Amino acid sequence: MKILVAISKAPDTTSKISFTDGDTKFNEAGVQFIVNPYDEWYALVRALELKEANGGSVTTITVGSADADPIIRKALAIGADDAVRVDAGPTDAYFVATQISEYAKDKGYDLVMVGKETIDYNGSQVGGLVAGMLDLPYLPNISKLDVAGTTATAEREIQGGEEVLEAQLPLVLSASKGMSEQRIPNMRGIMAARSKKLEVVPAAAGEALTEVLDYSLPAAKSAVKLIDPENAADLIEMLHSEAKVI
Amino acid sequence: MSVLVLAGTADNKVSKSAFEAVSYGAKLASDAGTDFNVIAFGGASSDDLNGLGAYGAKAILVEKSLNNTQPFQMANAIVEVAGQVGATMIVVSYDETGKAVAPIVSAKMKAGLVAGVVDYADVSNGVVVKKSVFSGKAFARVKFNSDVAIIGLTPNSVGAKEMAGSPDVKDANVSMGDARISLKETKKEDLGGQVPLPEAELVVSAGRGLKGPENWGMIEELANELGATTACSRPVSDLDWRPHHEHVGQTGLAIRPNLYIAVGISGAIQHLAGVNASKVIVVINTDPEAPFFKAADYGIVGDAFEVVPKLIEAVKAFKANN
Repeated sequence: MKILVAISKAPDTTSKISFTDGDTKFNEAGVQFIVNPYDEWYALVRALELKEANGGSVTTITVGSADADPIIRKALAIGADDAVRVDAGPTDAYFVATQISEYAKDKGYDLVMVGKETIDYNGSQVGGLVAGMLDLPYLPNISKLDVAGTTATAEREIQGGEEVLEAQLPLVLSASKGMSEQRIPNMRGIMAARSKKLEVVPAAAGEALTEVLDYSLPAAKSAVKLIDPENAADLIEMLHSEAKVI
Repeated sequence: MSVLVLAGTADNKVSKSAFEAVSYGAKLASDAGTDFNVIAFGGASSDDLNGLGAYGAKAILVEKSLNNTQPFQMANAIVEVAGQVGATMIVVSYDETGKAVAPIVSAKMKAGLVAGVVDYADVSNGVVVKKSVFSGKAFARVKFNSDVAIIGLTPNSVGAKEMAGSPDVKDANVSMGDARISLKETKKEDLGGQVPLPEAELVVSAGRGLKGPENWGMIEELANELGATTACSRPVSDLDWRPHHEHVGQTGLAIRPNLYIAVGISGAIQHLAGVNASKVIVVINTDPEAPFFKAADYGIVGDAFEVVPKLIEAVKAFKANN
């Protein structure tokens, strides 16, 4: 089985978020970048498990400049066979998906896997876009995946439960919590990653369809209003007359 | 030019988020001075669909044969209808269905998609929308540079505004292509009449501070009395104390209710990422140093087993007097 996993660079969850250049750019100073958790913990690890069970290969693809290389090496250390970096800034989801689709279209991947969203732009778009561009079935927000022959069986969380879906390979899916457990790269993996192939390819023709004008931070929260536990009942009245939410 | 709204349905009923999406689309059409159409899939009754008229829907096209498990077919139908009505702005509630369908429509129409929009669009100069970024820690203003703009609206962000009107409901008559996904099984728990979490306005959530699943009775009772939906933190769903679909936070659901009551949840940053857009946050915790108090509007430093029963009584008394 030949699997392509899209890996994106994202600021660590605990990063302090601030902006520069008149609030038009994310301030990367002091920010620790990680492999986007949904791409790593769920899409990549499940891809590796499928490869271990069925044979085949796992390639990662990232759209980004050379500063994405450390997170790509981490994906290789976790166990991906090789990696591709499309050498272009990830300007918007449509552009990123165009690059992934252009790379993948004639290479015969059985599965293209992405995380259900990135933790910076929270778009949940790239999976569906790639499916649309490649005209492949799309299994969104999948929490469990098994493949037998050319048939994929997947569970998707829906309101109040799950549904079990089935589709034929090749297909595109986005991965959410439940698919697999996080893997910590070991020393051998880290050493091996250094010599694995990280191919840098030029960007295909493509354009961004959206553009960020500027960023803002939410209004600062006023200090918490503490209520004595003895008078807990007062809270309900406050929620009614003051906060006006009940 | 026109506005097309996807009115989501689930279990043969119009979803709550559909009323908000329709009301959003009606305002967008009025601001931009354009026509306005609604498309819906699935077996919602005519009466149910007519109810969308009270939120501004005038023309509703329905394709009854489709359900939410077929994002590609839904996308094909939307693309065809968008072509028929000359849609230049498409509004989709960005819930599980919207996330599955809207990106495919974006790819097929080469239409920009902004996901997670939290406010009305500014159409005075092109189309500009405000979206949540960095898991709720910031906002971005985003401009569309495509002929067709797809707005992925976060549920419960602007609310549904009532207005007068009765819609004309017609069959869509679209070609959808082949079904490539088969639905094998649906495992649903009975939500006991609760509003689904992504659409809930009131949420009562609890964490490991409750010590065990046997103690959730009072959380359910408080939620019931308030008409709220129950939720939980990640450790609680990982321990199988509560079902996975109740998990809110970074890896679970991101929600934005009007009121979020957190009982026995410390407020790790990963949890906050899923709930920090709530309009009012109440935190009940024995530990005064719990980080959640910094994000809270109201806080009670105290034992949940004493505080929650008092709240239940207070809600009962409140309901009796109002």
